[in-house]
Amino acid sequence: MMNLVVIFFSFVLVNNFILSKFMGLCPFIGVSRNRESAVGMGFAVIFVMSITSVLTWVIYHGILAPLGIEFLKTIVFILVIASLVQLVELVIRKFSPALYKALGIYLPLITTNCAVLGIAIIAVDENYGALESLVAGMSGGIGFLMVLIIMSFLREKLSLEKVPEPFKGVPVAFVTAGAMALAFMAFSSSMIANLFPAE
Amino acid sequence: MIKELTKGIFRENPVLMLLLGLCPTLGVSGKFFNAIGMGLGVIFVLVCSNAVISLMKKIIPNQVRIPGYIVIIATFVTIVELMLRAFSPVLYSGLGIFIPLIVVNCIVLGRAEAFAGKNRLLPSVLDGLGMGIGFTLSLMLIAFIREILGAGTLTLWESGSTVYRFVIPGLSEAPVSVLATPAGALFVVGFVIAGINAVKQYRSRPGKDARKGASV
Repeated sequence: MMNLVVIFFSFVLVNNFILSKFMGLCPFIGVSRNRESAVGMGFAVIFVMSITSVLTWVIYHGILAPLGIEFLKTIVFILVIASLVQLVELVIRKFSPALYKALGIYLPLITTNCAVLGIAIIAVDENYGALESLVAGMSGGIGFLMVLIIMSFLREKLSLEKVPEPFKGVPVAFVTAGAMALAFMAFSSSMIANLFPAE
Repeated sequence: MIKELTKGIFRENPVLMLLLGLCPTLGVSGKFFNAIGMGLGVIFVLVCSNAVISLMKKIIPNQVRIPGYIVIIATFVTIVELMLRAFSPVLYSGLGIFIPLIVVNCIVLGRAEAFAGKNRLLPSVLDGLGMGIGFTLSLMLIAFIREILGAGTLTLWESGSTVYRFVIPGLSEAPVSVLATPAGALFVVGFVIAGINAVKQYRSRPGKDARKGASV
């Protein structure tokens, strides 16, 4: 149980996908200009990352490892993610038009979000169990959503400030994200280990 | 024909002009040698996938072309991954998870969709080569700044016991270590893009065009 808590805090705060691993930067810069799309994108990513990490765990340990073809994991995982995203889109459109309206346009973009393929590969490399993979995927997505929301607030403030002409738009977003990453360096893995000592 | 090669290096540089493929750019730019290795890997994947896709563009049905492209790209990424593990374990562990992530690098899929799926073999190969070189150059620029200022060193080659590394006296004892952290990567990229914007704006400022018009 403690293990899961440590994984949760480590993916949300210490090894945040955007701020310390640089995964998912393209959607981060793209959708953080607008709060509504930031929230929509964030929830879509949490949804897909949680399912992906469990599904890839099942496929890796159920099919690839017994057959000894672990080296095919990149090809298999990306195909799983691409078809999963399509499937999720179809299912949501059929059963929950409201949810589809909220998440729909963000779903196709998620296939090329490196955080999704990233969590699948990290979970396999770290030898997580099924439950740990689920928690890792979900907390990776939650960390993504959190940083996206903070960034959308910061960019809203920034749009009212006088920014030097060459820095307008993307460069100032990068520098702001850098300042945020600097602040997040206060969360270290030793801090988490002190807060939640392993029995 | 030669234009297909050079456009990716400056005018349509994927990283600094079009802002594509930023995740690996930031992730592996802590060490100059890692940047070179990543660049060569991406050049290989881009050239090979562009070549195969342009040869197969008539066979792949239009509706499933994106999954088809992804499978072709992922195959070459797996080749790169296995080659690195066999021949350069240092680079393999240095690049880590960013090797499989070449699959979702927007540059590779972007060139497949925008260029290789519509053009003949030779232009596609040149396009992939040019885009790959442009990617590598911008990666090397950012890694150059980050390693020299952030660690005071410049690693050119690292394999087993042979290490070619310049140590800059003065800087290596007291480096600007914030640039070696993830936050520093974001700062450096922000400033480099701002610098390029400044040059672009300087060259297209209205006064210059007016003077040019007057001289003609």
